[in-house]
Amino acid sequence: MEEITKDIIPERAPDQPELPEQEPETPEEARESIADKTRIISPARLVVKRFFRSKLSIIGLCMFIFLLIFSFLGPLFVPWGESESDDSGGETMYTIISIETKINGEDVIVYSVEEYTPELNIHADPFTYSHEGENSRLHVFGTDENGRDIFVRLMYGGRLSLMLSFLVVIIYTVIGIILGGLAGYFGKWVDMIIMRIVDILNCIPSLPILLIVGAIYDGIDGDPSLRIYFMLGILSLLSWTGVARLVRGQILFLREQEYIVAAEALGMGPMRKIFHHLIPNVMPQLIVSMTLGLGSIILYEATLSFLGLGVAPDMASWGQMVQRATQNTDILSYYVMDWLPAGIMIILAVLSFNFIGDGLRDALDPKMKR
Amino acid sequence: MVKYIIKRVLYSALILLIVSMLLYLLIRLLPMDYVEQKFLSQSLQGTISAEELYRIRALYGLEDSSFLGICRGYWNWLTSVFHGDLGTSFLYNEPVTDVIAEHMWISFGIALAAFVLQYVISIPLGIKAATRQYGAVDYTTTVLAMIGISFPSFFIAILLIKVFAVDLGWFPVNGLLDVTVDWSNNPWGRFGNMLWHIVLPMVAITIVSIGGLMRHTRTNTLEVLNQDYIRTARAKGLSERTVIYKHVFRNTMVPIVTMMAGVIPSLFGGMMILEQVFALPGIGQIAYRALSQGDIPFIMGYNMFIAVLTVIGTLLSDITYMLVDPRIKITK
Repeated sequence: MEEITKDIIPERAPDQPELPEQEPETPEEARESIADKTRIISPARLVVKRFFRSKLSIIGLCMFIFLLIFSFLGPLFVPWGESESDDSGGETMYTIISIETKINGEDVIVYSVEEYTPELNIHADPFTYSHEGENSRLHVFGTDENGRDIFVRLMYGGRLSLMLSFLVVIIYTVIGIILGGLAGYFGKWVDMIIMRIVDILNCIPSLPILLIVGAIYDGIDGDPSLRIYFMLGILSLLSWTGVARLVRGQILFLREQEYIVAAEALGMGPMRKIFHHLIPNVMPQLIVSMTLGLGSIILYEATLSFLGLGVAPDMASWGQMVQRATQNTDILSYYVMDWLPAGIMIILAVLSFNFIGDGLRDALDPKMKR
Repeated sequence: MVKYIIKRVLYSALILLIVSMLLYLLIRLLPMDYVEQKFLSQSLQGTISAEELYRIRALYGLEDSSFLGICRGYWNWLTSVFHGDLGTSFLYNEPVTDVIAEHMWISFGIALAAFVLQYVISIPLGIKAATRQYGAVDYTTTVLAMIGISFPSFFIAILLIKVFAVDLGWFPVNGLLDVTVDWSNNPWGRFGNMLWHIVLPMVAITIVSIGGLMRHTRTNTLEVLNQDYIRTARAKGLSERTVIYKHVFRNTMVPIVTMMAGVIPSLFGGMMILEQVFALPGIGQIAYRALSQGDIPFIMGYNMFIAVLTVIGTLLSDITYMLVDPRIKITK
């Protein structure tokens, strides 16, 4: 009896798009008492409720919102530009040079002090100011080896990563839905051709292909600032296979369900059946795979930038900032602020998408009781 | 079953053929071919004439970059492959098969060690997390697994190097062998030194890949726990130990065993990025160098090697799936 007092979750089979009105066959009084104690929640609200019940999804969502604000609104409030070098001069360094010479036949060591003031304020410490007198500006995380403000570059890098990952995921999901839908719905030779293309793409190792494509792009003198878009365009052409498989499998399963048979009996056209009845039922899994895909695209973007195939050198990117540590052992050992925050940002972004995706998966799964 | 396998193998052969065509076309489209890169300084200084360059190109079979020339080059490559010859690497001056065989085992050793470590840690933890769903163990492992998945491999490598090699000095920064010591009459010391060098790469691989397996185990275990036969087992009065370790565990293993065959390409194929960061002479790094220098025979050989492994891996995992789980029927 206790179960009745809880919210009765309308048991909705995945193949029923509309919720039928509950028609209890109980006597009048019993129906009233149940109706008083329960509330029927719409599936969407149920999903939202379940999603927010998990602490991890809330943490993920908060992290994502933080990243959005940080990278899209952040640059409005900081005094530095994306690739603006702090040319107010750095700390003066003194190097003592000793020279052994002979004066009148005796060994004499002559010390001379060499003063060196770099033009750029390179490798400034965190929370220091530029040397501009009155209007000196703050470097929250210090500066890198070109005197650029690290904090600001983190923001612009985040802008690029988030934007690109959304773009790529949307593009490849659309391609995957269309091709997977066609393959699953029409079957026969359409299915055959599309699935063989999927097999071919699965066999091609994507990183070597991206390396080759990147070299070709440089060879035809492509604009370096647009290269990352080109590379990720190629990446989305390589990554739709997972979505296509998912959609195809679901459609093969759903095609046998009664309501599709009913739609067929009503004489609906294939487009209407695919886009009104089949795709909406694949949506829950698709949303989950898209969210998780966002994280992996961010990782890919970072990896490409790390290999020097990503953004143009003056543009900011998290992967590129981490790459500095492998090129210069001084940066690896002494200037941790140059690369550590960028790596942490990558992890934060990917982690937020993984948490959200996982929470969504649990929330959208009708079998989950909790 | 045999008919199914033969059909799959024939399909795979066709797929591999198309993959090799696409790859060859892409590689030949590379703007800087190997000869141009190698003799760049000479041709800039003018010490080498265009005719000589052409002759060298002809030696490498690169003289004709028109579509027909590429087709002819592909045909030559294909016929020699059917004769069991993958060609000679431009860059390493050795047969491609030898180069692959020589460097593959380094990558394989590291990957295998990481693979074993990963299974040993993640399967018990995944099952434990599932049996105590929404408990402390579950939350901890979930969060740790997620963090592991979210690490870019190069970043974890750099972090490990910074902390354990540079700051603490426990492990060597990079490389596979301490070259300052003469190891010629100390094979065991040499082996130990190698092991010492691969600890950090191994840990890096394990950290980035352990989460996926752990989550997979957890999800599968949860699914099995909801089955009717588990309820029956409990209703019979079996102890929780027997239920978990006999009934649940065996059924959980079904998808995991099939996953094992799917990792074949990553076992042999090397890790391009990690090997770069750790400066390991594994196959990934060799391939990266070949890729950046336009070494056509090696790039073709390496990529086809991975493609063949991928095909074998998928086929094996499908077959093991059918062998392990008799409920699966061949539909085609």
